[in-house]
Amino acid sequence: MAVALILVLIAVGSVAFHLVSPWWWTPIASNWGYIDSTIIITFWITGAVFVAVVLFMAYCVYRFRHQPGRQAHYEPESKRLEMWLTIVTGVGVAAMLAPGLFVWRQFITVPEDATDIEILGQQWQWSFRLPGPDGQLGITDARLVSPDNPLGLSREDPKAQDDIIIEGGEMRLPIGKPVKALLRSVDVIHNFYVPEMRAKMDLVPGQVSYIWFTPTRTGTFEILCAELCGVGHSHMRGTVVVQEQSDYQAWLQDQQARGFARLTSPAAQ
Amino acid sequence: MVDVPLGHVGTAPEADSGDIELYHPHSWVTKYVFSQDAKIIAIQYSLTALTVGLIALVLSWLMRLQLGFPGVFSFIDANAYYQFITMHGMMMVVYVLTALFLGGFGNYLIPLMIGARDMVFPYVNMLSFWVYLLAVLILVASFFTPGGPTGAGWTLYPPQAILSGTPGGQDWGIILMLVSLMVFIIGFTMGGLNYVVTVLQARARGMTLMRMPLTVWGIFTASFMALLAFPALFVGAVMMLFDRALGTSFFMPAIVEMGQVLERSGGSPLLFQHLFWFFGHPEVYIVALPAFGIVSDLISTHARRNIFGYRMMVWALLAIGALSFVVWAHHMYVSGMNPYFGFFFATTTLIIAIPTAIKVYNWVLTLWRGDIHLNVPMLFALAFIVTFVNGGLTGLFLGNVVVDVPLSDTMFVVAHFHMVMGVAPILVIFGAIYHWYPKVTGRMLNDALGKLHFWVTFLGAYAIFFPMHYLGLMGVPRRYHEIGDMAFVPASAHTLNAFITIVALIVGVVQLVFVFNLFWSLRSGKPAGGNPWRATTLEWQTPETPPPHGNWGKDMPVVYRWAYDYSVPGAADDFLPQNQPSAQPVQGTAHG
Repeated sequence: MAVALILVLIAVGSVAFHLVSPWWWTPIASNWGYIDSTIIITFWITGAVFVAVVLFMAYCVYRFRHQPGRQAHYEPESKRLEMWLTIVTGVGVAAMLAPGLFVWRQFITVPEDATDIEILGQQWQWSFRLPGPDGQLGITDARLVSPDNPLGLSREDPKAQDDIIIEGGEMRLPIGKPVKALLRSVDVIHNFYVPEMRAKMDLVPGQVSYIWFTPTRTGTFEILCAELCGVGHSHMRGTVVVQEQSDYQAWLQDQQARGFARLTSPAAQ
Repeated sequence: MVDVPLGHVGTAPEADSGDIELYHPHSWVTKYVFSQDAKIIAIQYSLTALTVGLIALVLSWLMRLQLGFPGVFSFIDANAYYQFITMHGMMMVVYVLTALFLGGFGNYLIPLMIGARDMVFPYVNMLSFWVYLLAVLILVASFFTPGGPTGAGWTLYPPQAILSGTPGGQDWGIILMLVSLMVFIIGFTMGGLNYVVTVLQARARGMTLMRMPLTVWGIFTASFMALLAFPALFVGAVMMLFDRALGTSFFMPAIVEMGQVLERSGGSPLLFQHLFWFFGHPEVYIVALPAFGIVSDLISTHARRNIFGYRMMVWALLAIGALSFVVWAHHMYVSGMNPYFGFFFATTTLIIAIPTAIKVYNWVLTLWRGDIHLNVPMLFALAFIVTFVNGGLTGLFLGNVVVDVPLSDTMFVVAHFHMVMGVAPILVIFGAIYHWYPKVTGRMLNDALGKLHFWVTFLGAYAIFFPMHYLGLMGVPRRYHEIGDMAFVPASAHTLNAFITIVALIVGVVQLVFVFNLFWSLRSGKPAGGNPWRATTLEWQTPETPPPHGNWGKDMPVVYRWAYDYSVPGAADDFLPQNQPSAQPVQGTAHG
């Protein structure tokens, strides 16, 4: 009796916790509302299965508990029942997988009008690179990294000459414009993660990975490193500031001017 | 399927397994230390693994203290924290769970349950344990080397695992970890070949494959899988050791270490992840399948009912085992691999949910219309179903590629895998120890202490890991030495972290009750008799308890029926042992 009651409490309590606990995802700030919807579908289906299984167990434990004179029913198998359960499970799995794969296709298909930006991770800080007036990012190589070339830009590549480099861990993005973030690391594996954007991808040395998203809300959002990258891992933070188009353009002009000043300064000669 | 014509068994050729000349121990040392008896080796494996488990438990306390009360314990700095999580993870997955299920339960139960005198290669079996012990010692030694153990996370991803920004990366830590893993795999291979060959070659007369208890099926399938999966880890470890010690570039692209460009190029960090998870995902099932098998037998025995859908259970085990080799990259959805792999691996991963769900249905359908005895092993089995279903269902979030994107690398993942491959299998281990301890020692474990241990462990573990999912959903990343100030993390989340830590300490302490029970009952437990649970399988039918060397005395058992003849209509008892020829109880069968 007590065991059955506790099982019921676990099922009911888990659902209650889900509904009333203050811990839930952060308000979304990107176009990936579909991901949230898929999570909700998955919560409903899995939650129903969990409650059904645990309540059924509680019923069995109560109804078929040992009592003098009780004999268990002898029935090695029931093909019919097993077949139906398999089919129902298959349908439930498909109901989660289909929307999942549908959204994944969108997740990996970058829109034509997305702006390329580069996000570079190194122990334990974030840097960013924006294409200059030519609209293209120049070539890089980890072997070119040095104190005055922390991102390893190729000096030979003309496309790299006008690239805008942003150090100090604060990236800015205009609202409503899709961004393709090219992710690169020069030392170990990092992971670019902004909880509000629902986006996350590893930065792997030796290759370039990518994600895309469209910021849908202005504000300042934290960038976390989500892949263990050494002792400083939990301090590898940055921020994304999403701004209105006009504010963003003003900031971009300013960054371009600074980049030009750096290129023409004696140190760069 | 259930009844086999006796004539068939009668005409089977004489079993030669009974006539093999066993080696005979002549001294205390060859009997109890360098023993070739699978039962002694099982106890050696189990005690070693439980000891490592206690170390890992203490490590989990330390990391929880840091997470629950950041900054209070100044000796847990970032270095130490990452070393603790790494060693906790690797110890639990490989040196505790794998060793305990296969080396411990496998050695004890396979020969007894299939009606053999011992493993087919007893000497190799002995070596297997000693090599395992050596691996454990090498691993533990890394605590005492300069720089301490590796803090690379249990997944040991290069390049960070072998660079100076990670604890132990440029010291002895990572080297000892890799060497220890290689030694472990060598030791496991000796044991694993034994388990597989023994099941295939040394079964008693009449013990067809489809009459074997599911415990044997689970351990057999897991051993077979481990023989296929561990080599991937082995080569990964060799390659990383070469990268670390010889300067090769298997996993090292052109790279910068603390501002210095290294003389490396051309390697692929992702290659290691593929090798690691080609081992790592089957490893989940190497732990889970023995637990599936054991829990099936616990439920059937204590519900006095045949396991429901036995054949489906066997096929589901095999299907899960096979599928588990084609799902590995679901650990790598956000690793930067080709994103189109996501379609394939999400599909295979969700398909694996179907045979797994069938197993769950059959467990609860075994309870249905049963005669449920709520003793301690059964309680643990019920708790296993709750935690396994919970953890399995959250796997459907993480396996479904796009849902994994926001949740990957957060506390949601930590909560999921602890629930499904930490808590659930460990509950089975406890249930199994309460179940088979009477056979191993001849005495029952104390029931009141067992129930105390059960309720605190089960409810505590659920209270630890269920709310933890919601921290991950919120976005709290895993493997953070300190969360610090994050705008999106409310103060209540820190309270929740402190709550989890306190519960973890309580659950840890109650394990001492279990350890005490193990030792106390050895002398003071209630005498068990040969078959206290009135179970059908062969290990309960030995002429003596505990079974002596050679298990069966003069006459080998002959098997006449499957393992689940409980409550057969018309039978005098509510169980028919596998070696009982007719449904009528044989008078005067000696059950020591």
